[in-house]
This record gives sequence, structure tokens and C-alpha cells, in this order.
Amino acid sequence: MANLKRTAVGEQKADERVKNFTEVCLGYSEEEAVKEAERCLNCKNPLCVPKCPVAINIPEFIQCIKKKDFKRAAEIINESSSLPAVCGRVCPQETQCEGKCILGIKGEPVAIGKLERFIGDWSRINNIDLSVKRDKKHEKVAVIGSGPAGLACAGDLAKMGYAVTIFEALHEPGGVLVYGIPEFRLPKDTVVKHEIDNVKKLGVEIETDVVIGKTLTIDELLEEEGYSAVFIGSGAGLPKFMGIPGENLNGVFSANEFLTRSNLMKAFREDYDTPIRTGNKVAVVGGGNVAMDAARTARRLGAEVHIVYRRSEDELPARVEEVHHAKEEGIIFDILTNPLEIIGDESGWVKAIKCVKMELGEPDSSGRRRPVEIKGSEFVMEMDTVIMALGTSPNPLIASTTEGLNINKWGCLEVDESTCQTPRKEIFAGGDAVTGAATVILAMEAGKKAAKGIDEYLKGKNK
Amino acid sequence: MYEILKKELLAPNIYKMVVKVPRVAKAAKPGQFVIVRVDEKSERIPLTICDYDKDEETVTIVFQTLGASTIKMSKLEVGDYFRDFAGPLGNPSEFIYESIEELKNKNIIFIAGGVGTAPIYPQIKWLNSRGINVDVIIGSKNKELLIMEEEIKKEASNLYVATDDGSYGYKGLVTDLLKDLIDKENKKYDLVIAIGPMIMMKFITKLTKEYDIKTVVSLNTLMVDGTGMCGACRVTVGGETKFACVDGPEFDGHLVEFDEALRRQSMYKGEEKKKLLVEKQKEEGHVCRIGLGGEEK
Repeated sequence: MANLKRTAVGEQKADERVKNFTEVCLGYSEEEAVKEAERCLNCKNPLCVPKCPVAINIPEFIQCIKKKDFKRAAEIINESSSLPAVCGRVCPQETQCEGKCILGIKGEPVAIGKLERFIGDWSRINNIDLSVKRDKKHEKVAVIGSGPAGLACAGDLAKMGYAVTIFEALHEPGGVLVYGIPEFRLPKDTVVKHEIDNVKKLGVEIETDVVIGKTLTIDELLEEEGYSAVFIGSGAGLPKFMGIPGENLNGVFSANEFLTRSNLMKAFREDYDTPIRTGNKVAVVGGGNVAMDAARTARRLGAEVHIVYRRSEDELPARVEEVHHAKEEGIIFDILTNPLEIIGDESGWVKAIKCVKMELGEPDSSGRRRPVEIKGSEFVMEMDTVIMALGTSPNPLIASTTEGLNINKWGCLEVDESTCQTPRKEIFAGGDAVTGAATVILAMEAGKKAAKGIDEYLKGKNK
Repeated sequence: MYEILKKELLAPNIYKMVVKVPRVAKAAKPGQFVIVRVDEKSERIPLTICDYDKDEETVTIVFQTLGASTIKMSKLEVGDYFRDFAGPLGNPSEFIYESIEELKNKNIIFIAGGVGTAPIYPQIKWLNSRGINVDVIIGSKNKELLIMEEEIKKEASNLYVATDDGSYGYKGLVTDLLKDLIDKENKKYDLVIAIGPMIMMKFITKLTKEYDIKTVVSLNTLMVDGTGMCGACRVTVGGETKFACVDGPEFDGHLVEFDEALRRQSMYKGEEKKKLLVEKQKEEGHVCRIGLGGEEK
């Protein structure tokens, strides 16, 4: 009889970790990983694999962990994913691989994410070189954006032998991995840097400080710089605001600004120059991972933090683990609550938000029950900082400076779903730039698919 | 890494640097800006482009030391490097899309204040090289702080200088000088382009509203990324929220809500003061932590 309980993982205690930015989850030790791996039933028809967007051979790598052949486990994961230490940490496993694990019916599913993370971390600590040298091809491919989609696409293209250059607008590669997801969930100097270095080891060049659409256009890349194809993985980085009164008061931030200051600019550290401002009472509006990240960052900077979310707890789109961690850390959840107005003091700083209580009505087109205002339930909460984490949409810069690309009403690029090709046959796109804000692993899946599409396109052209 | 080829002290605390940055030099147009970072621990600082040379592959920046970051920047010497130099960012000045004939028929005046004198240079140079005559007013606190007078004189039809204390040129504010030119010297202008401190731009637009002259301002808001991903630079223009980094930095001055912009510009004053204090104390050899914990607005 299989053990129904998963092997516990070490974590920093909540009252300690709210005072620092070091990683909350400490990950499995070798013994713990082997013990957890032993729970896997090694299904003949595994249900976990099809739920992984990049279809990692999960049972096989877990069997290797069981036999303590960690290097082989790393090689198996590497066939499908080059960012295991990242994805093991940030994938919403409960709705992906672990969601279908057969053990999950009667007990707890195998901790696939934690095992993948263990292998990713083990490979880094033991300096395992997973790069494969292939025959060089003469074509150059440009990748725009160094987030998960761009890194996956560039890595796969390099493995196929193409000369790949990634162009990144910010000063640091990684996209949301460096500016969005905080240190306490995804360490930058170790985990993220290492996985980006792995992509570089494949021969991928990364040019930072290049804003495509401003510094260079896609057409210049194709016509003047000698690239044969371009992949757009520029993400969805444009923040949404609510459009309610008071949003431009001092003390109102987009989650992107707040997190970029803290994560990319390291404003939480005394020895870095970028300032960050957290008041004493912070309202974070939204219920996704970004809202949880902003709330937990503000908490670590010393504030009392409220999550203000218009639906109920069951609809929170954030990862279950993040919601759990946020609660442990003392984040207050004001659910079924929607802001109507931000109220300022005489000098233009936030002093309160006026909200209304909501109730859930009939399901909408997305299948989620629609929140409806309860008349007469308006109330005011005193707050001195408001962080808007309402989602993001793609930046229009690339589409507006490149002829012949189609964008839909959400500002997303339209592509052929099977190849990621845009109406311009030499330009491909994937990740959040196409889907709108989604997950790291879905962006990676798109990047891999596009790499295949680009390879087929370039091979076809040379025939 | 981007090498500093030239450094010059233009006036007390105002520095000019010429930086080798081929991609930005090639793409730069008048009105655009760059974001620079001195080193690994520095913040991203937005600066309007003050000149560019495609052949030399250089971009010129001019800045005034105001806080910890600009002081750090001022300590860089020729041969040193900026860790990052991203751009060109923002939209070019609208006039570059107009027909030369149309521009020739317009009476244009540029009004610059303080360190804002530098960013008007690529604009008037662009216009002058196409045979378009412009008038220019530059203003500063006093004669000592006046910059780029010679360069601008070469590109302008008429150059007027104002100093607050009257130590050089017209005594008074640039707004008073503009008013005098219109009222007393019967000058007619169809377009005013003003770059300088937010408060100066506010009062220029107030004045030109009375005279019904179209006025363009270049907003120097707080910025982080400068590519439209955070909204730190948001301003209200014509009742709508705009991001200065991607929708601007130039806007119709009569539509800008300056009081909000001024207020938002001071958002991190408290934090910056603390940083500056810590920097100063570091230089003096000790860091005093007393009084740094409290919240300041």
C-alpha cells in the first residue's frame, strides 16, 4: 500500500521569514527526495505526463531518483525542459502534473514539482553540464525577450545548431523570473542566473539594453543584421489599472512597479540605490500570483497587508502554496470586496480606500461565478499604500513598429497555433505576447513549439 | 558596458558626458531619452538625449547632481563605463513628422530652463539643419549656471537669455521674458516648446494659454523601466492617464495636470533624502542609523 502522505519539505518558519527575503521553501534533501520518489507508482499510462505542458517524462525521472541516479534524472528532464529549478518552484502543479497523479485520489499526489526542483538544484550544486553540441547551421535567429518563452525557444534553436541572439530591453535577462517573481520564491543569484547561464552555454548570445521597436526594429534585424527568422517572446508587461478615482494619488503603484523595484532593482537591500516605499497599511488589489508576491513583499518590508479580491477564496487564481504561505505570514484576505475609489489626504497621498462588498451571481462565459455588488454595502478602509495587481496585457510597442502582424482585441499577437508563425512567415511569436498573462511553463511550451516551427520554416526555405 | 569618451563640467554641478553607444546613436531622434545605470547597484536614471552622432556612434547627456545617484554618476571619468545605457526611448518630437514647408511657415520658440537647456539642443539643431528658423529663450538662476549658450546661439535665429538675479541678460523668469517679447516686441509665435523644471513648464503653459499659443512640454517624471511596463511615470493628460515613457515624454502642455505631476515627482523624496544622508555619512566614515527608520512623506 502506497504511503498516502507526501514527504514533508523543510520551510522557514513564518515569523522568521517575514523578516527576510531568502527562500521560504528549503527543498528536499537527497534522503527526502528518494523517500518521496518511492511513493510514485510508476504508472504504465501515466496521467501526470500529458498534464505537463512540456510533457516531461515524469515517471522515468522519478525512477532515477529512486535509484539515486540524479544525473540521469537531470538528463531526462533536460530533454523537455531547460528550467527545472524554476518550474519546480513556480508551476501551479495542482492544476497540472500533480493534479492528475493517481495517488491524489485517495491521498496526496506525488510531489513532482519538489522532485523536479530537487534535480534542478542538485545539477547546479554539482555543476552538471547538460549542454549538447550539435552541428552548426549558418542561419541566425533573433529572439526578442529573455523571459521563459524566449529562453526556451533560444535554447532549443541553439541545440538544433542555429546561431541565436536574444535581445532584452532591461539590463538583466530573465523577464518575469527576475523582475516579477520575488527572491523568497525564486532566488535570483543562484537559481535564475544558473539556468540562464545554461542557455548561454548552449551558445546563445544575450544582448541587454536593446528595446526592440525603439533601439532596433524587427525589420532591421531581418534586413540589416542578417537574421533569417525572429521569435517574439516579449510577454505581457503592460499593467492594468482599474480606472477608479484616485488612482494617480501618491502611494498607488502597479504591482509591476512595486515588484520591479524590489526584485530587479533590489530596493529591499540597503546597499542598492533604488528607493521603494511601503506604508504601514497596504492594500493589494487582485488575487493572482502577482498579488500574492506583492503582498508578501510588502509584508517583508514591514507593513500590515490586505489582499482585496472581488471574488471568493475558491476563485483565487494564485497557486495554492502561495495563498497558504501568504496566510501563514499574516496577510489579511478581504474577499468579495471591490474598491470603488481611492481617497487622498490634503497633500495628495493615499489615506483610505472606499470598497463595496460583493456576492457571487451566475457563472459567466469563463465558467466562474460573476461577482455582483451588494447595494448599500460600501465601506471605507484606512490604507496608506495601494498596489494594483489586476493583470497585464502585451506591450503594443512591437506590433506598432512592425508591419503585417495581427493583434486581437486584447492586444495579443495572432499566430498559427501549431507552428507559432505570424502572418509574416519569417516572424514567430509565443508566450504571454500571444496568450496574455499566463504561466512560466506555458510560455516555455510555446517557445519550444516556436523553435520547432522556425526550424521547419528555415529547412523548407533551403530546399 | 558603455564607455565615456568625454566629460565636461558645464557649470557648477552640471556635467556633460559623451558616451559611445552605437545602437542608440544610430536610432536616436530629437525629443527622445535614454535610461542609464552606473553600476550593478545603481538605479535606472532617465535622461533626455542632448546630442547624438551616428558616425562617431556617440550620445551626449547632460545632468545636474541632485541626489545620491547623480552624484555617483558625476564621479565617472573619461574611460569609465556606464553599466547600462538603454534607448532611445519615448516618442520623437512631433515636428519631425511634419512637412518642412509647413514648419518654415511657423513661428517657433523654444524655452529652456536650467539643465533643461541641453535637451532642446538636438531639436533646434535638427530644425536649423533643415532651414527652419527658431527663437530660443534660455533661463537660469544666475550667469554661473547658464549652459550651452554658444552652441545654441549657432542654431537659433534669436537667442534670449534670462537670469533670475539679473547677473546676465534679462532679469527675471523665462515666463516674464516671453510675455515681454510678445507684448513689447510684437513677436508672434505659433508654437512654444518648453523644457525645464516641472514648475517652469507649468507657468509657461499658464501664460501661453492666455495667448492661445500651442505649447509642447517634455515631462521629466519619475521612471523605472522606461518601456511602459510599470506606470511609475503616469500623468494625466486631457483627463486620461498616460505613461510619459511610451506616450510621451512630450505632450500638449495645455492638457497636462501639472499639480498632480509635481506631486507625483516628489513621491520618493523621503527615501531619497535618507539615501543621500547615508552616502554623505559613508564618505565621512561612519553611518548613523538614528532617525532613518521613521516614515517620511
